[in-house]
Amino acid sequence: MVATGHPVRAEKFVADLPRAHWHDQSLWFIRTKRDRAAHSLPEWETLREQAAAIKANTVAHLADYLEEFERNAKALGAHIHWASDAAEHNQIVLSILQQHGVTRVCKSKSMLTEECHLNPFLERHQIEVIDTDLGERIVQLANEPPSHIVLPCIHVKKEEIGELFHKHLGTDKGASDPKYLAEAARNHLRAKFLASEAGITGVNFAIAETGGFVVCTNEGNADLGASLPKLHIACMGIEKLLPRQADLGVFLRLLARSATGQPITAYSSHFQGPMPGGELHIVLVDNGRSNIVGSDDFRRSLNCIRCGACMNTCPVYRRTGGHSYEATVPGPIGSILAPSRDAKKHATLPFACSLCGSCTDVCPVKIDLHQQLLTWRREIAVQKYLPWSKRMAMKLARIVLGHVWIYRLAGKVGRFLLPKLPRMLVYNRFNPWGKQRDLPPMPKRSFRELYRDRQRSEKSVR
Amino acid sequence: MSNSRDKILSALRQHSVPDAALPELPGAGGITYVDRVAQFESILTSVGGQFIRVADRRQILPQLQNLPAFSDAKKICSLIAEVPSLGCEIDNVADPHDLEDVDFAVLEGKLAVAENAAIWVTDEDLRHRVLYFIAQHIALVVNRSTLVDNMHQAYEKLPLLKRGFGAFVSGPSKTADIEQSLVIGAHGARSLTVFMVND
Repeated sequence: MVATGHPVRAEKFVADLPRAHWHDQSLWFIRTKRDRAAHSLPEWETLREQAAAIKANTVAHLADYLEEFERNAKALGAHIHWASDAAEHNQIVLSILQQHGVTRVCKSKSMLTEECHLNPFLERHQIEVIDTDLGERIVQLANEPPSHIVLPCIHVKKEEIGELFHKHLGTDKGASDPKYLAEAARNHLRAKFLASEAGITGVNFAIAETGGFVVCTNEGNADLGASLPKLHIACMGIEKLLPRQADLGVFLRLLARSATGQPITAYSSHFQGPMPGGELHIVLVDNGRSNIVGSDDFRRSLNCIRCGACMNTCPVYRRTGGHSYEATVPGPIGSILAPSRDAKKHATLPFACSLCGSCTDVCPVKIDLHQQLLTWRREIAVQKYLPWSKRMAMKLARIVLGHVWIYRLAGKVGRFLLPKLPRMLVYNRFNPWGKQRDLPPMPKRSFRELYRDRQRSEKSVR
Repeated sequence: MSNSRDKILSALRQHSVPDAALPELPGAGGITYVDRVAQFESILTSVGGQFIRVADRRQILPQLQNLPAFSDAKKICSLIAEVPSLGCEIDNVADPHDLEDVDFAVLEGKLAVAENAAIWVTDEDLRHRVLYFIAQHIALVVNRSTLVDNMHQAYEKLPLLKRGFGAFVSGPSKTADIEQSLVIGAHGARSLTVFMVND
C-alpha cells in the first residue's frame, strides 16, 4: 500500500506536535473572533441567505452580467481582456507590461494570480514582482506558497520571520518583535511602491451595474500599489461579479466578519475606471470556472468570496496546515475547487475531512461544503482515482456487509482470533486506522447473540 | 483574445442553470442603533482610530495642535478650509510620488457608518487619491448628519458610482500577519483621527 497526497504531507506536519497545536490554536482564535462578529448582528442569517441568493442569480446569468460589466467598465475608460486559462492570463499581463516597458511591479493579494502562477512566469521574463501584503511578502521571501488565503504566513513563527528579515532586509539578528518587524517591512516596501512602474491587484467584487470593482485590504497595499504608477492591472475570476452596487452592502458586511472577525476591512476601495491620466486593464479569467457553472453538484462552490472561514473552523485544516493540501486554495473550499481542476492529482483532498459540517455552518455564502466534499468522494471512486488499498477494502466491505453469513462468520473469527494474535500482526502498515489508537477490547459475544439470549430468558420467565 | 471572450460566453450560455431571483435589498437586514454616535465611536476606537466630536469646524485646528503627529509634522496637506496646509499645495503637485513625505493629511469624509466606523471618501476634490494611503497620519472630517446605521443605508445614500475612486476607510492601516499580533501602521496611515462635526 503506497499512501500519497494529503495524508503523507499531513504526517510531516503533525510530527512536530507542539507546533501543530500552536497552529490549531492560532486558527481557533480567529474562528472565535468570527463568531463574536457574526453574533453581533441579529440579521446574520438573513445576510447569508441574501448573499447566497445574489450569487445564485449571478451564476445563472453570468454571461449577461459579464457583458454588462464589460460595457460599463469600457465606458469608464478601462480596457477589458478575456482569458480562457492560466497561460492566456499570464500572457496578457506580460504583454501589457512589456508594451509599457515595465520591469518592476507591485502586486497586492490575489488568489487568482497564485492559481495562474503569475509570479514565476513574469520573473522568467525579467520582471520583478513584489508581493506587498505583509504575509505574502514573508512567504515570498521564504520561497514558499501561502498556506492560507487570508493569513498567508499563519504557519510561520515570528522568530523565523525575524531570521528571514535579518537575511533579506537587514534587521537585527534575533529580533522577533512584530512591531519592529512590521516597521522594517513598511520601510522596505515603501521603497518598492515608489519605484514600481505598475500595480497588479486582485478583485474582491466587480459590479456589473457600474463597471467598477472593489478591493479590500487592511494594510492599504492595494491602494498604494495601484495609485502611484499610471498603470493598474486588475485580475479576476469571472465568478467575482455582483449584479448591483447595492449588493456590496450585503457582501462587505459578511466578508471581514467571516474572515477575521473585523466589522469591515480598513480599506474597501472602489475603483471606477483608471485614475486621471492613468490606464486600467481588467483581465477576466475562466480557467475552468465555466465548467463548474454546468455542474449541479458543484455550482455553488462559485459563491465563494475567499474569506477563509471554512479553513479557520476545519479540524483537519487546523491540525494539518495549509501546505498539506498542495493546492492554491487549501481547506474545505480548496478540497472542492482543486479536484475540479485535476481530480487525479488532488484525489486525496475530499478525504481530508471528517464530514463534521462546521465549514457549511460558518460559510457566509451558504456553500454546502461538506455535501460537496462527500459528492467528490463518490466522483473520485467512479473515476477510479482511489488508491488500491482503499478500493480493495471497499470491495471487501461490500462482500462482508452484503452476505449475512460472511458477516457473522467474520465477527466470530475476529472476536476469537484478534485477542490472541501478536500485536505486530494487528498493528502494522496494513492497518492505518491503528496507527495512533488501539482497537477496543473484543467482546466475548456479539450483540445478536446477547439479544437472542435475552429474548429467550424473557420468554422463559413468562 | 476576442476569441476567448466568445468561447467563455458561449461555454456559460450552453449550460442551463436554474434561475434565482435577486433579493430586494436591504430586505429584513440592517441593524439600527439608539445612539449612532456612541456606536461609531466605540467601533472606531476598537479598530485603532481616535474619535473627536466638535461643535463646529473652527475647533478642529486647536484639537489637531494637541496631537504630536500634527504639531511635529513638517509637511501637512489639508483640504479642510479651517486647517492650513504646510509645505504642500496638492493642486500644484503633478506627480503623486512627490507626496511620499507628507506627514499629515486632513481630508473630508462624505458619509459615516455606525456599524463598522467606516467613512466614505472619494477623489472628487482631490487630485491624487494616493494621499489617503501615503500620508503618515490622517484626519478625516465628517458631518454628524451623514452618519447612517449600516452599510445598506450607506449604499442607499451613495449615488450610482461614476468614473473615479471611492473607499470606505475604517481605522488606520494595520496588519496581524506576524503571529496574529495587531500592528497599527502597515503601509498606509499610522493613525486615523475622525472629527465628527455637529451640523
